[in-house]
Amino acid sequence: MLTIEKIDAYYGDLQSLWGISMQVNEGELVALIGPNGAGKTTTLRVISGLLKPGSGNIRFHDHNLGKESAHKIVELGISQVLEGGKIFTGMSVLENLELGAFVGRARKVKDASLKWVYQIFPRLEERKSQRAGTLSGGERQMLAIGRALMSKPRLLLLDEPSFGLAPILVEHMFEMIKEINKQGVTVLLVEQNVRAALELAHRAYVIENGRIAGQGTAKDLVSFESVRSAYLA
Amino acid sequence: MFDALAQNLVYGILVGALYGLAAVGLSLVFGVTKFLNVAHGEFLMFGGYASFWLFTLWKVDPFVSLPAAIVFLLVLGAVFYKLLFGRMVKLTEAEKIQNTLLVGFGLSLILQNLALRFWTADTRSITTFYSGAVFTFAGVRFPIVRLASMGIAFVAVVALQLFLRRTYTGKALRATVENWEAATLMGIDIQRVYLLSFVMGAALAGVAGALVSVGYSIDPTMGMGWTLKSLVVMVLGGLGSITGTFVGGIILGVTESATGYFLSLTYKEVVGLVLFILVLIFRPQGLFGTKEG
Repeated sequence: MLTIEKIDAYYGDLQSLWGISMQVNEGELVALIGPNGAGKTTTLRVISGLLKPGSGNIRFHDHNLGKESAHKIVELGISQVLEGGKIFTGMSVLENLELGAFVGRARKVKDASLKWVYQIFPRLEERKSQRAGTLSGGERQMLAIGRALMSKPRLLLLDEPSFGLAPILVEHMFEMIKEINKQGVTVLLVEQNVRAALELAHRAYVIENGRIAGQGTAKDLVSFESVRSAYLA
Repeated sequence: MFDALAQNLVYGILVGALYGLAAVGLSLVFGVTKFLNVAHGEFLMFGGYASFWLFTLWKVDPFVSLPAAIVFLLVLGAVFYKLLFGRMVKLTEAEKIQNTLLVGFGLSLILQNLALRFWTADTRSITTFYSGAVFTFAGVRFPIVRLASMGIAFVAVVALQLFLRRTYTGKALRATVENWEAATLMGIDIQRVYLLSFVMGAALAGVAGALVSVGYSIDPTMGMGWTLKSLVVMVLGGLGSITGTFVGGIILGVTESATGYFLSLTYKEVVGLVLFILVLIFRPQGLFGTKEG
C-alpha cells in the first residue's frame, strides 16, 4: 500500500535521510526502530507531507505523495500522530475529535467514527466536554490517536505513542494500538521502546544515521545480533 | 463635576468599542498567521473613505453601506495578501514578524500617500440628518450615532466569536492558532486559513473605519495612530482572547478620556503607551490572556 524508494531528505542544508526504502502492506503493523536522531520522525514527516523529500519516490496506492501537500495526503487516507500528541489544549475533547474529521470524506461519517473512537477509548467519551489541556498524559495520547482515527485513515503513522507514559500505561497503549490494527487500520509505528514494539509488530525496519540498517520480521530482529546488543541488552 | 466625569467615561467607552473592534482584527490576523500587519490602520482608513465617498457621491447612508465597506476591504485584503503577505507563509515565526513589519510599514506609507494624492489631506466626516441626535440619560449625553456604532462593534465581535466557536471553519482557525502542524495533519489547508483570517482582519478594520467616519472623523494620516492603538489593545487584552481584546479596547478608551479629564488631552496618547509598557512588564500575557500556549 505504501512504497518508499530511495528517499533523501534535508532540513535546510542538512541531509537527514539517505536513500531510505521501505514498504508497508495493507493490514500490517510495521515498526520503525532506531536510536535518537536516526531519522525515524523525519521518515514519518516525509510520508505525511510535512517535509518534502529532496529526491526519491513515495507511492500510496496509486498516488505519488512526493507532489501532494500535507492536507491532501490526509484526504488520501494517511494520518500522522505527532510525537507528544500535539492535541489542541484550548479546545474540548469533543472539538479535538471533530477536527480530526475535518476532511470531507471523514466529515460525512463523523458520528459513526465518533462511536468507533469512543468504543476504543471509552475514557474519551467520559471526558468529551472537558478542555483537552486538563487531560493526563495518557489521556492526551489517547485523544491524539483518537483524533487521527476520526479522519478514517487507511494508514496510521504513530510517533512515539509511549513517550512519557508510565510503564503500566505503555502496556495499555500498545494493546490499544494492536486493537486498532486488528480493526483494519494499517499502522507504521515509530518507537524507542524497541522490545515492546517488536512484540507488537509484524515486521520492522531498523534505521541508523538516516539509513536503513536492517529489516525483517519482528521475530528475526529480536534475535538479530546488532539489534539485541544495541536495544535489548 | 460628577456629570462631566460620567460624560467623559461614556465617551471613553463609546470610542473604546471601536478601538476594541480594530484591535480584534489585528489580533485575529496576528494570532493565526503571526503576521504583524502595521498597515491595519490604513485598511481602517480605507474603510472610512469607502463609507465617506458612498455617502458623499451617492447619498448612501453609512450604516446601510456597511456591507459594501466590508466587501471592499475583503477584496483589498485578499489582493494585498496574494501580492505581499502570502509570500511570507513559509518563514519562521520570528522572521514572519520582522518581514511583515517591514512590508507593513511600506504598505502603510504607500496607502497613506495614495489617499493623500486622491482625497487631499482634508479631515472628513459624514454628517447625516441624525448626526446631531442625542439621547440623554441621568444628565449624561449619548450621541445616537456613536451608540449605534458601539452596538455594531459589539455585534461584529460576538459574530466573530460565534464563528470561531461554532463552525468547522472557525475551529480550523483556532486549531491553526494552537499548532499549525497538527492542524495540517487534520487535513486543514493552512494557506486558506491564513488567507481567510487575513481578509477577515481587513474586513473588521473596514467596519471600524466606516464607523469612525460617521461618529468621528477620518484623514489620510489616521492609520498609524489606529495601528498603534490596536497594538496597545491587543497586548492589553491578551493574545487569543477575542472578548478580552474587545474589553481591552474599552479600557484604553476609558483611560484616555479619564486622562483628558484629570490631566490634559495632550497626554491622552502617552497614557495609552504607558499602559502598554506597564502591561508588558507586569502582565505580558495580557489582562485576559492565559500563560498556557
